[in-house]
Amino acid sequence: MYTLSNRLKLVSLILIIVGAGLWGTGYYSSHHVTLDNVKTMLAEEASHGSHGDSHATITDTHEVEAHVNTDAHGEEASHAEADAHHGDEHAEHVMHQIHNRPYSALYVAAFFFMMIALGALAFYAIQFAAQAGWSPLLFRVMEGITYYVLPGALIVVAIAVWAGDHIFIWMDPEMVNPESDKFDKLVAGKSAWLNTTGFVIRALVFIGGWSLYRFFARKFSLAQDQAPEGDRSNFKKSFRIAAAFLVFFIYTESMMSWDWIMSVDPHWFSTLFGWYVFAGMMVCAVTVMAMITIYLKSKGLLQQVNDSHIHDLAKFMFGFSIFWTYLWFSQFMLIWYSNIPEEVTYFVTRIEDYNLPFFGMIAMNFLFPLLLLMNSDYKRIPWFVIMAGVVILAGHYIDIFNMIMPATVGDRWFIGMPEIGAILLFAGLFMFIVFYAISKQPLIAKGNPFIKESEHFHY
Amino acid sequence: MEASKVIHAIYNDDDVLMNAVKKVKAAKHQIEEIYTPFPVHGLDKAMGLAPTRLAICAFLYGCVGLTVAVLMMNFIMIEDWPQDIGGKPSFSYLENMPAFVPIMFELTVFFAAHLMVITFYLRSKMWPFKKAENPDPRTTDDHFLMELPIHNNEVELQSLLSQTGAVEINVVDKAH
Repeated sequence: MYTLSNRLKLVSLILIIVGAGLWGTGYYSSHHVTLDNVKTMLAEEASHGSHGDSHATITDTHEVEAHVNTDAHGEEASHAEADAHHGDEHAEHVMHQIHNRPYSALYVAAFFFMMIALGALAFYAIQFAAQAGWSPLLFRVMEGITYYVLPGALIVVAIAVWAGDHIFIWMDPEMVNPESDKFDKLVAGKSAWLNTTGFVIRALVFIGGWSLYRFFARKFSLAQDQAPEGDRSNFKKSFRIAAAFLVFFIYTESMMSWDWIMSVDPHWFSTLFGWYVFAGMMVCAVTVMAMITIYLKSKGLLQQVNDSHIHDLAKFMFGFSIFWTYLWFSQFMLIWYSNIPEEVTYFVTRIEDYNLPFFGMIAMNFLFPLLLLMNSDYKRIPWFVIMAGVVILAGHYIDIFNMIMPATVGDRWFIGMPEIGAILLFAGLFMFIVFYAISKQPLIAKGNPFIKESEHFHY
Repeated sequence: MEASKVIHAIYNDDDVLMNAVKKVKAAKHQIEEIYTPFPVHGLDKAMGLAPTRLAICAFLYGCVGLTVAVLMMNFIMIEDWPQDIGGKPSFSYLENMPAFVPIMFELTVFFAAHLMVITFYLRSKMWPFKKAENPDPRTTDDHFLMELPIHNNEVELQSLLSQTGAVEINVVDKAH
């Protein structure tokens, strides 16, 4: 039985307060940026020689967007004219980007921690549906992590609705109003799916379904502990709902990824996006499982967990990292290869404005785990798994960052106060909720029919 | 020096075999070879065999495959004849790399897999028309055979092996 220590409570409280403080400062300072501030800032950037380059890129990307309307890309004269014409518009554009940043920073961090819990829920259901013999010892850890699904997902949706068109431009009613000069035909064409009411209803259905499974899975798991010898009815129920949940999950996860992530770029779509997001969440979930298991074992609480269990978790970290890379590359390469303008802008902005995070995350999410976790002996060494896990988690945070930020703040990104603040805030919340849930029940699901096998698991 | 006389202890159960191996190891007798019809889990550990290094070989072979792929495509597509094929940028390897990744991947796997298998054949001395080294054909069906060299301790070995549940103990002269 694990008891939530006061130190852990204090650490998570400090993380929450410091994170909220940092994020709040970032929010406050960015919201005091007015159009005049932006104009002075842009003028300064233009006059500074060192900033000349970045300014050129800004106008360039801006031109790409304007290009659709003016079609004046090729000609030098009209290019300059368009530039002068767009001066005010440009400043406003930049001001919006600056305003969007704290919202996006909060959203990225909230989504990141939510997806860890959601991935853990899917992994947990897979263990039941596959009747895995190695993992029952870790079920209580997984159940603890999944406790964050409900609050975490509600927070993500709350932020999405609160931020509105700061993150999801299609939430601006002007975009679908044919009378307005903001009217966007493509967004209007998708408004049957992309509208705020539908967004909220779908989100509540997703969250309701996930939470319902989580509630009953936990209930049956605890009931199985109390069940008399030989009574497997609760386990059978767990098995059935796990199978049903997995069907529900793969549909809702896919739709969730369109709604919560892909729609930040409403002009762009990708068919394997849902899988891609799924792969990322599974890596993070397994990594967090391994980390918490190692932490609890280091406190002497999970003594039956041996290095074979750690080895298996690390193998999943390795495997899902490669699966993620496969999907990342498949998405990137197909779009890069065919180079269709309406699709490829997605990667053009990321490569031009997010070069380091975009390619850096490949090193963190692929090369690093590939080389570190390939050796069978290394997968058994706790500090090695923790080290690889920290890099994987950081890499997948950047992955989410790369999905959201280019659409909302463009080249005005930085990993500064609001981003780090939001990470700390949700890390504290996640830690507190997860360890609170783990402390509620004994750490071993002793009623599980596979628990003996798991205790003797040896690879 | 290989002993000219060996003793063959035959078992008909893998658990009995495992216990026998542990007993023989505890008595500090050398085990020359064990013949089994199927892999017995943990036998290599009980015998104290060194772990295989085949995986390390495979990793190195994979590196070779990757290098071959990169050098080959860099020479053909970038250096030798950098044609414009459908607008793909052939100015440098990096610019056109995504198009090469499928081949880089496949060649890595190809080299790692095939060279590792060939290494396995060479190390375990297996090839077509190789004469089978089977001391007793029953060991391919349902019997397990432990072979121990005799160094003037025939009686001692026989009594030890008969205690371990061997169904048959034969002394064989290997000298030809």
